[in-house]
Amino acid sequence: MNFHPNEVQRRARIATLIIQGLVLVLGLAFFRTQIIQHARYALAAEDNRLRQIPLPAARAVIIDRHGEIIAENVPGYSISVLARSERAIRELMQRIGALSPVTPEQVGSAIRRYRTDPSRPTVLFTDAPLALVAMLEERRVEFPELIVQSAPKRFYPDGPVVSALVGYTGEVNDRELADSAFADYKPGQLIGKDGIERQYERQLRGREGTRFMEVDARGRIVRPVARTDQVPESPDALRTNIDLDLQRFVATLFGDSLIGGAVVMEPTTGAVLALHSAPTFDPNRFTGGIPKSYWDQLQADPRRPLYNKAIKGTYPPGSIWKLATAIIAMEQGIIDIDDRMPVACRGGYQFGTRFFGCWDPKGHGDPTLAQAIEHSCDTYFYQLGLKIGLQRLITGGLALGSRARSGIDLPAESRPLFPTDPAKAYYDKRFGPQGWTNAVTLNLSIGQGENSQTVVSMARFYTALATDGMAARPEVVQRAPERERLFSLAPRQMQALQAALTSVVGTGTAAASRLQGITVAGKTGTAQNAQSKDLYHAWFVGYAPAEAPQLVVAVMLEFGGHGSRAARIATRIMEHYLKGAVVAMPEMAGE
Amino acid sequence: MRGSRLPADWPLVAVAATLTAFGVAMVYSAGQTDVPTFVVGLWRTQLLWVILGGLLGYGVSRLSVRFVDAVSVPIYAVALVVLAALLVVGQGAGTAASTKSWLAIGGVRLGQPSELAKIAVVLMLARVLSASRAAPASLRALVPSALVVGVPWLLIMAQPDLGTGIVFVGIYFAMLFWAGVSWPLLLMAASPALSLILAFSTGIWGGWFLLLLAVIAWVRPPRWEGVGLVIANLAMGVLAPLLWGRLDPYQQRRILVFLDPSADPRASGYHVIQSQVAIGSGGFFGKGFTMGSQKRLAFLPEQETDFIFPVVAEELGFLGVLVALALFTFLLHRTVRVAARATSPFASLVAFGLTAAWFTHITVNIGMTVGVLPVTGIPLPFFSYGGSFMLMSWLSVGLLVLISEEGRGRAGGLVI
Repeated sequence: MNFHPNEVQRRARIATLIIQGLVLVLGLAFFRTQIIQHARYALAAEDNRLRQIPLPAARAVIIDRHGEIIAENVPGYSISVLARSERAIRELMQRIGALSPVTPEQVGSAIRRYRTDPSRPTVLFTDAPLALVAMLEERRVEFPELIVQSAPKRFYPDGPVVSALVGYTGEVNDRELADSAFADYKPGQLIGKDGIERQYERQLRGREGTRFMEVDARGRIVRPVARTDQVPESPDALRTNIDLDLQRFVATLFGDSLIGGAVVMEPTTGAVLALHSAPTFDPNRFTGGIPKSYWDQLQADPRRPLYNKAIKGTYPPGSIWKLATAIIAMEQGIIDIDDRMPVACRGGYQFGTRFFGCWDPKGHGDPTLAQAIEHSCDTYFYQLGLKIGLQRLITGGLALGSRARSGIDLPAESRPLFPTDPAKAYYDKRFGPQGWTNAVTLNLSIGQGENSQTVVSMARFYTALATDGMAARPEVVQRAPERERLFSLAPRQMQALQAALTSVVGTGTAAASRLQGITVAGKTGTAQNAQSKDLYHAWFVGYAPAEAPQLVVAVMLEFGGHGSRAARIATRIMEHYLKGAVVAMPEMAGE
Repeated sequence: MRGSRLPADWPLVAVAATLTAFGVAMVYSAGQTDVPTFVVGLWRTQLLWVILGGLLGYGVSRLSVRFVDAVSVPIYAVALVVLAALLVVGQGAGTAASTKSWLAIGGVRLGQPSELAKIAVVLMLARVLSASRAAPASLRALVPSALVVGVPWLLIMAQPDLGTGIVFVGIYFAMLFWAGVSWPLLLMAASPALSLILAFSTGIWGGWFLLLLAVIAWVRPPRWEGVGLVIANLAMGVLAPLLWGRLDPYQQRRILVFLDPSADPRASGYHVIQSQVAIGSGGFFGKGFTMGSQKRLAFLPEQETDFIFPVVAEELGFLGVLVALALFTFLLHRTVRVAARATSPFASLVAFGLTAAWFTHITVNIGMTVGVLPVTGIPLPFFSYGGSFMLMSWLSVGLLVLISEEGRGRAGGLVI
């Protein structure tokens, strides 16, 4: 090798230059990272070590018109973990499972929540039983990664009494999380699932707080950080129009045996004082996940407790819709309140080759319109329907809102069923051009046939009858009242019609439900239905006091028999509200 | 000079001792995490290795260059045998558990023989290169030295241990340079390897290939050498994609992640990102000794071995980094000085080879932590925790002191 001193010196210089050059490059790299990009990496380091632990907010309390509590919050516990992987969650659940039972569903839900948002603490148990919380707290050392925190849970002091109204809450599900309307929701959070809880979700939902925690690379919480927590906030109480005392009374009247729905409203403001669907369910058992046994039991019940019979169920209205027929005829000037029909009632009406029976085979003689309403004479209304004609009957019915939702502020209200305009096209489409006769007119005119109404839509219709033809939109929560004119009759005609409704409860079909000291107006309905030949749906819609209506009550009993049974319940409700007194129920037998 | 109380090259020993003290302090700090791990007590073990290393280094410094020259062949032979045996009995460790770099007997890990192999290769290369009076002037003349490095290199790449493989390449070319091999010949010798690397982009490889043709035309090596070079470079250009497929997935990932750390932030990229976060968040003054939050909270991986330098950067800041870099630079200055003042070609080559080994370790390790080089799993001299490495580092110091003492009397010593 060439080892001349000059050569060696030259090489040593080159080597030194290379060393200095590369060290300079390294120095510059550190200068870039530590000085120029310091702020960025300092932030990254904070992000690395700080985790936001959400502090759940309580939902707003729901109160009735007097401030009595319908829904409130009680202390509960949630257990979550800052997980690094699905495997970590599985292992953790296994370790917990060795001490206290953990179902595969709980593991599955935890994994699902983790997948939806891995950066958030994954909720393992939404509503952890106190025993589990105590056990885990005792073994804090073994489970340093667990976050046990208080999570307010929903409680409905009156439980089943208010289920049709308030609905219930539950954990936000995948479908809701995928919905842009719920973009700000995180897995494991509560959301209103039905009723007021769903409808007023935005007002009821609190604002989640945050606490910053320092964690290590494994997600174990090391210590809280000296940064002020963001305190969770819950909104002000949501005041409803409900009269909880009346609501309880309505629920008691239905008890466990009756199936049906009831709506109680103020005729001018539309304020819903009570709304009930029987049988009921206990919304408290839905808190923190519905136990499967309870869910199965509700699903298997043929009376369908989860199906809201006041706003979702549609039923043929029967005779309560005769008022619509009467109004259409009077508005068109076809007849007046004292007019009679050509054929007197001898228990029915011969239409072509078919005989259409009246509900009372003894017949009603030759009644005026007012008397026909009082005694609910089918024969009269068959002829009246024919006089009006199918097309005008349907146009008129539509104008009276027979195909419109009431607009009540509860989710998933059903739209009533009623023919569309033009009538011929509707029936041609439904039965085929040769498949129907004018007999449909006779059915329609007595509230049967292609007509199926919700309890709440009938209540709304009768607010127009109780006042001056203006229907009030039902309001569960206090909103600006909204009234819509359904029809206009001369004051004389209106008074006569109201008088006829009063005589229904005075001497007519609901005479047995007369109240002492309160004049009640209303109409019974005994509706045939497709499900049963013998068991009719019993309806009563009415208002009281007749001279200055304070409340409209609509009651429907599924397969409840004669409308007078519904009338009995409705008038009890009126009496309770107007007298503020509980009067013992007269026995229902002998009807 | 023998027998004097201070070693003749006391600045070299002083800077090595300072770096070692700095390193042990950082190993101690690396153990200071919020959730204690096994790392917490490692600084004591490291201290033991330092003492053993110091004794070993002192012992070596009492030998003579002649003796070292004489034992270089047996040492090299032993190193080859052990490396070959490792492929059968070797064990993995840590994140590279599938590799076979540890020598273990009865489950007790005795050490990493590749550390010994580095010194053995330096000694053997020095012997081979100093044997002839003239520096190798043709590719053919490079064959013996290439074999000296190539055989252990292949054995180490078979473990596989990419990091040590890179150190061997660094040692080899540095020593060829020190022996006086001309730049064009170095370039030609390196050309197949460069072709292999550049083959991933056909355009760059094409440019490189034209440059190589120009160099060959200028240097006019023997015809068969020129033809061989062209064939070798063409073959590498074609082979590269095939070789890529032969790499272990973890090695492929490391190279890909070097190109884009965010491509795989949870796995391989995690090291690079967390290392840079630790370094960058340190700022100018750092977070204070033992106070690095990324390290404390275990975000920084392998903080006691390959990623110990980010602990320096996070806790002592840019200032600490500058001090460490200055110490390393001074150390290398002294060792280059030792090489330049050595009395014999063999001694000079040994000194420069050891310098090259440290230099490669330092640049590749620190470059990897700050993200300018890919993650290769290579320790930082005097800092990273590890027995074999500390022993060999101080053995190197001993050798350098020995060479320095024998070279002191030489006239016309250069000042650098």
